[in-house]
Amino acid sequence: MDSLSRWDEESARTIIATARAQAVDFLGPDGEIATALLPILHELQKRFGYVDRAALPLIADTLNISKAEVHGALSFYHDFRQTPTGAHVLRLCGAESCQATGSGRLADHVHHRHGLLPGQTSPDGAITFETVYCLGNCALSPAAMLDDEVIGRLDEAALDTLVETIRRHRT
Amino acid sequence: MSIRVYVPGDSGARSVAADRVARAIALEADARRLDIQIIRNGSRGLYWLEPLVEIETPSGRVAYGPVRAGDVESLFAADFLRGGAHALLLGPTESLPLLMRQSRLTFARVGVTDPLSLDDYRAHGGFAGLLRALHLTAPEIIEEIVASGLRGRGGAGFPTGVKWRTVAGAQAQQKYIVCNADEGDSGTFADRMLMEGDPYCLIEGMTIAGLAVGATRGFIYIRSEYPQAASTMREAIRRAREAGHLGVNVGQNFGQLSGAFDIELRVGAGAYICGEETSLLESLEGKRGQVRAKPPLPAISGLFGKPTVINNVLSLAAAPFILARGHKAYADFGMGRSRGTMPLQLAGNVKRGGLYEIAFGITLRELVMEIGGGTASGRPVRAVQVGGPLGAYFPDALLDTPLDYEAMAAAGGMLGHGGVVVFDDSVDLAAQARFAFEFCAQESCGKCTPCRIGSRRGVETIDKIVRHENRAANLALVEDLCVTMQDGSLCALGGLTPMPVLSALKHFPEDFQRPLTQMASAR
Repeated sequence: MDSLSRWDEESARTIIATARAQAVDFLGPDGEIATALLPILHELQKRFGYVDRAALPLIADTLNISKAEVHGALSFYHDFRQTPTGAHVLRLCGAESCQATGSGRLADHVHHRHGLLPGQTSPDGAITFETVYCLGNCALSPAAMLDDEVIGRLDEAALDTLVETIRRHRT
Repeated sequence: MSIRVYVPGDSGARSVAADRVARAIALEADARRLDIQIIRNGSRGLYWLEPLVEIETPSGRVAYGPVRAGDVESLFAADFLRGGAHALLLGPTESLPLLMRQSRLTFARVGVTDPLSLDDYRAHGGFAGLLRALHLTAPEIIEEIVASGLRGRGGAGFPTGVKWRTVAGAQAQQKYIVCNADEGDSGTFADRMLMEGDPYCLIEGMTIAGLAVGATRGFIYIRSEYPQAASTMREAIRRAREAGHLGVNVGQNFGQLSGAFDIELRVGAGAYICGEETSLLESLEGKRGQVRAKPPLPAISGLFGKPTVINNVLSLAAAPFILARGHKAYADFGMGRSRGTMPLQLAGNVKRGGLYEIAFGITLRELVMEIGGGTASGRPVRAVQVGGPLGAYFPDALLDTPLDYEAMAAAGGMLGHGGVVVFDDSVDLAAQARFAFEFCAQESCGKCTPCRIGSRRGVETIDKIVRHENRAANLALVEDLCVTMQDGSLCALGGLTPMPVLSALKHFPEDFQRPLTQMASAR
C-alpha cells in the first residue's frame, strides 16, 4: 500500500478534477458526470486513508450535485471511512465459508490476543482491524486481507506473525 | 530454448504464497544457470493443490503441487523441469482426474494461458466467437444465444438471449452493456477467477453483446474486495484498446467494418446490495445503491434511463463459446431447462475446495463427497448451503438433489451463482439463521420496510426462541415474518433471506431448542 498523505485541499481538488475529466472522456461532455462520484471517493480514500468532511463541498461543486447527495453516498457504502485509519488495514472475512472454517474463533483471537475489536485501530496507529463480507477466496478459507493482499488458510499463528510484523515495522 | 514454468498469479494461489514459490524457482534456476521462463497463469481452480506449478515438457504440461517455497530446491534436484519424479508430482495436468471430470467451456483458457497475453488468447481460440458474430446480423447473434438456452448465471436464471432481444428492440440513441462483477455471495469466486485468469474472454463477450443489441458503451462493475481482478481487467482493457479490439471499429482486426464499442471499469464500495441489478445501476450513476422498483426493466430503462443489458460475468463470458461453436454445442450439455455448463464453486469446510465447471445435473452429494472428498475437518457433513447467503441449508437427506435450476427450486433452495458451502457437525443452524437475518439487516438498502425492519425483528425473534421465551408463539412469528419478507420485499435480499432461515428451521429444528453455541457477526 502507498503510504497515506495528510489531508490537503489542493491535492483533493486535483484528484476530483482528474476523476471528473475521466468520466467526461468516456461519456462525452453531455454525459452524466455524477457517475464519477464513486471513483472520486475511492481516490480520496486511497490518498488520505479516509474521506475528509472538507472534501464534500468540493465534490458537490464539481459534479453539480448537492452536499447531501455526496454525504448520502459516502455514508451508504461500507468501504468509505470518515475518520483517519491506521497505516495498515487488516480485514478478516466473516462470511459463511469462513464461518465454516473457524473465522469466529480468529476474530476472538484478534480481540483477546491483540486487543482489537472490528473497527478499532491499535494505539500505535499501525493497524486498523475490520471484518469484511467475502473476499472470494472461499476454497482457501478462512481468509483475510492485509491492505490489498489476500491471505488464505489463516490460523492463529499466522495472524500473530502478521500483526507482530506490522507493528515491528512501524516502530 | 527456455523451459516454460507456470506458477499461478491468481489471488487465491497468491494467498497461499505462490509469489514466494515463483521467486524461489527463479532464484534456484539462476543459481543452477538454467534457462527458464516463469509464466503467471490463472488458477486451474483446484485450490487445495495451490500453488500448483506446471512445467511445459515435450509431451505436455506436468503438474506439481501443492508446492511450498521450501520444496523448490528438492524439485530442482529431482529434475522437475523434465517432469522428474518427486513426492509432489501429480502427473500430466490434462489427466488430473478432477480436471478430466469437468467440461470447461467458459473456463477453457483459465489456468492455461498467460492472462494478459493477447497472443496467447488468440492461440487458444480467443476472438473466434467475435469473428463469427461479425459475420452475422444482430438478430442472428441474439437467436444463437436464445437457442443455446443460456440463463443468467448471476443467480436469477433469466434467459440471457431474451434479455438481449428486449434491449435490441428498444429504441434509443444510446444503449449500454453493464457487466455485474459484484460477486458478493460467500462461497463464490468464479467471476474473480475468470477476470484474473482470462480477462479478454469477458471483453469479447461484452463486445458480442454490444454488437447484438446496438450498444457502444459498456461498464464493468467490480466489487472492491477484488483489487487484483480490477487491476487485471483494467490492464486488459487498456491493451485491448491499444490493439484495436475496443474503440471505434471493433471489427478492424478481422477486416470488418463494424460499430464502436468501449468499456469502462468501475469499482464498488463494499455494499452487498449492489449485486442487485438496479442497485448496481444506481451505484454506477453515482448514487446510494438503493434498489429501484421494477418495472420498468433495465432492458427498457436502465443506466441513465437508457436500455441496458445487465448480465453477470459468467453469462457474458459464455457468449464467445456459444458464438464460436454454435448454440447446439453448448445446449448439448445439461439437463431439462438448464442447458450448458455451470461453474460450480465448492467451499467452506471441504477437503478439495475449488471451481468445477460441470454440466447441469450432478447431485449435491456427488459434488461434496466424490469431488470435494467430504469435510476438511474429517467430521461428518451436517449442512450444505447452496447459492450464497440467501440460499437454503441442505441436510444430508436432501444431498441427492441434482444441481439444476428447477430441481434446486423444487427442493426449497436455489442454485444462485453456483456457490456451495460445506459445514461439519459443529455448525449451529440457529446461529446461521440468526446470521442470515443480521446480514440482511446490515446490507439492506433501506428502501422497503419488510427488508429493513423485518430483518431486525428476525434477529430479535430468533434470540427469543433460543432463550425459550414464548417459543411456540415466536416460532409462528418467524414463519409469518418470513412470508411478509418474501411477498413484500422489493428485491431478492429481503425476499430470499427467509430461505436460509426457513430451511434451518425445517431441517434442523433441534438447534433451536438450546442457547446459541456460536455467534457469527456480519460486520
